[in-house]
Amino acid sequence: MKRMLALLLIVVATFGVIAATSPALVQKVKLGLDLKGGFEILYEAEPLTPGGEVTQDALRETARSLEQRANATGVAEPEITPEGANRIRVKIAGVTDEAVVRDVLKKPAELTFRSMRGCEPSQGYCKVELIGSDFKEGGATIYQNQLGGWEISITLNSASKFAEVTRELAKLPEGSNRLAIFLDENVLSEPRVSFEINDTKASITGNYTREEAKKVADTINLGALPLKLTEKYTQSVGATLGQLSLQQTVFAGALGTALVLIFMLLFYRLPGLISSISLITYIWLLLLGFNLMGATLTLPGIAAFILGIGMAVDANIITFERIKEEMRSGKSLLSSLKAGSKNSLRTIVDANLTTIIAGAVLFFIGTGSVKGFAVILIMSIIVSVITNVLYSRLLLYLLIRSGLLNKPSYFGVKESDIRAL
Amino acid sequence: MHYKWDFTKASKYFIIFSIVITVLGIGSLAFLGFNYGVDFRAGSNVDIVLTKSVPKEDIEKLLSEKNAGHYTLTTGADRVTIRFDDILSDVQQKELRANFTEQLDPGASMEINTVDVAMARELQLNALLALSLASLGILIYISFRFEWRFAVAAIVSLVHDAFIVISVFSVFRLEVNLTFIVAVLTIIGYSINDTIVIFDRIRENLRFAKIKTPADLAALVNRSIWETLTRSINTVITVVFGALCLYIFGSESIRLFSLAILIGLIAGAYSSIFIASPIWLALRSKAKPKAAKAPATTS
Repeated sequence: MKRMLALLLIVVATFGVIAATSPALVQKVKLGLDLKGGFEILYEAEPLTPGGEVTQDALRETARSLEQRANATGVAEPEITPEGANRIRVKIAGVTDEAVVRDVLKKPAELTFRSMRGCEPSQGYCKVELIGSDFKEGGATIYQNQLGGWEISITLNSASKFAEVTRELAKLPEGSNRLAIFLDENVLSEPRVSFEINDTKASITGNYTREEAKKVADTINLGALPLKLTEKYTQSVGATLGQLSLQQTVFAGALGTALVLIFMLLFYRLPGLISSISLITYIWLLLLGFNLMGATLTLPGIAAFILGIGMAVDANIITFERIKEEMRSGKSLLSSLKAGSKNSLRTIVDANLTTIIAGAVLFFIGTGSVKGFAVILIMSIIVSVITNVLYSRLLLYLLIRSGLLNKPSYFGVKESDIRAL
Repeated sequence: MHYKWDFTKASKYFIIFSIVITVLGIGSLAFLGFNYGVDFRAGSNVDIVLTKSVPKEDIEKLLSEKNAGHYTLTTGADRVTIRFDDILSDVQQKELRANFTEQLDPGASMEINTVDVAMARELQLNALLALSLASLGILIYISFRFEWRFAVAAIVSLVHDAFIVISVFSVFRLEVNLTFIVAVLTIIGYSINDTIVIFDRIRENLRFAKIKTPADLAALVNRSIWETLTRSINTVITVVFGALCLYIFGSESIRLFSLAILIGLIAGAYSSIFIASPIWLALRSKAKPKAAKAPATTS
């Protein structure tokens, strides 16, 4: 009786937690572009001038400038990540005017050094003094001065041009004698020019941290050798279409799950009930893990979710069949449970590990939605071991030990099939 | 116990059946190839969900004015798919979207995918790499956990399952996209699962069995299949529930994916019983004289 109470308590507690947290979990799931609409573009970066090389710094810098530009168009949370040696993946959800955003992104990053020479005070930096091609490719580096601060060393192509600019700027009153560094329309730094520099080399000093200095240097290098972006792959999904996909597929999943639950109840009776409880816990736990990882749910991801339900139930089926077999051989319920659990665990582990191998390959080789699918596939296997092996077993053990419900027919075994030991 | 049906004897016919299917598949692949989607062939794919019925002629008229190169148009009740051989630029995409909603259906919602040639080739290579790596990984794992004969038999049945799906897609000209590869890899995972459950039982039964003749071994395999049969069937049923629901009610975009999974699941359950187990039996029977050194001398 005590065990029965414990069993009921565990089940009630589990369902209580599930009921209380599920709405928030479902709300928080990050949906992929294929489910909420938006577009994804994979760019390949090439140097604008032939013969150049795409460095990791340049790629990161380009990604950063893309993000700033995307933000400037007013889209929400653009996701822009460098990928591999020369690629950048852009994901933007819910765009009203996609063509405008894509047009803005496609332009190479433009570096300018601007001054206030001859500008009205309201105009700020209006005169472009130097442009990206005035700088030597890869000529900007950072170094640490004697005081431990970080500075940037830049290299120009023409000393005379630089001399002219700095000469004119040094004449301006303190405060407006600055040479501001712009990437597109963003100011990165505003160093002062106090005297003429007649050299191709110059230093930008200031109170930079290492990261800040590196960022400015990377930007100047990128400006000297801007990357040209070509679209390798694009996907653009209308918001209505995305929502429709979501609704249809979630409905399909719910129906599939319901059918599995009914099947398990009809075929396995009491253990089937336990399997159903475990399965609901499994779905919840998978959703929780998903949220904790901050993963994005895509259409193939939902498919993996649904197929994973079949896998989770398989662990139960293997165990229950094994227990039934042991019962038929004449063992008591409890020893059937023990033998059945022990013998089936090895099978379950072997079977699941091979699926994990396939999933891991998908994860490492795949990109985008394929990776999303792999994550759910692997996660579903791990979660299913927790719920449909460990949790199920605990419940089944309590149920059998309670001694209240132990007629063989409750377990789907006919009395006539049981052999004497 | 006596079993009504001898799987090991019957498997001869099933192996012939599978070989025929495989040959048909190879033939179809050699002569017809795949109907590649944009992921593997480069170009653009436009999926449109309609809110009202739009005559095919009207869409053709709209497209011919645009001259966006060669295209194929497939229309359904509330869904239109257009495949362009060329990559639509963002301007062309914008125009298409605007024209379609202005002239044909204001409520239409679109999905546009474009893939360039180099990317398509890369995706194809990656897909092949993934398939071979996954097979290799599984081969190593099973050799390590069981023995090489199980691994060989498992891989043959796994390749067989993948091949059945590939054949069906080639023969019926179904579109092969990136999701198809995901489906094939998933099938490999599931199919191996089925095979392992039976092999695990064979291995367990071997431990307590006295095998004197090849017939004993065949009987043991048959018994192992029977003992795991309910599990094999029930598991297929539960996974098929999910895949079937996805196929019938799920989004159009993953319909072919679900179909591939569905075929693969059934093929997987079939091959575990009729292909993998007999192959192991054949390999093991040949090794018999050496493996059963001790008992052989007593008879």
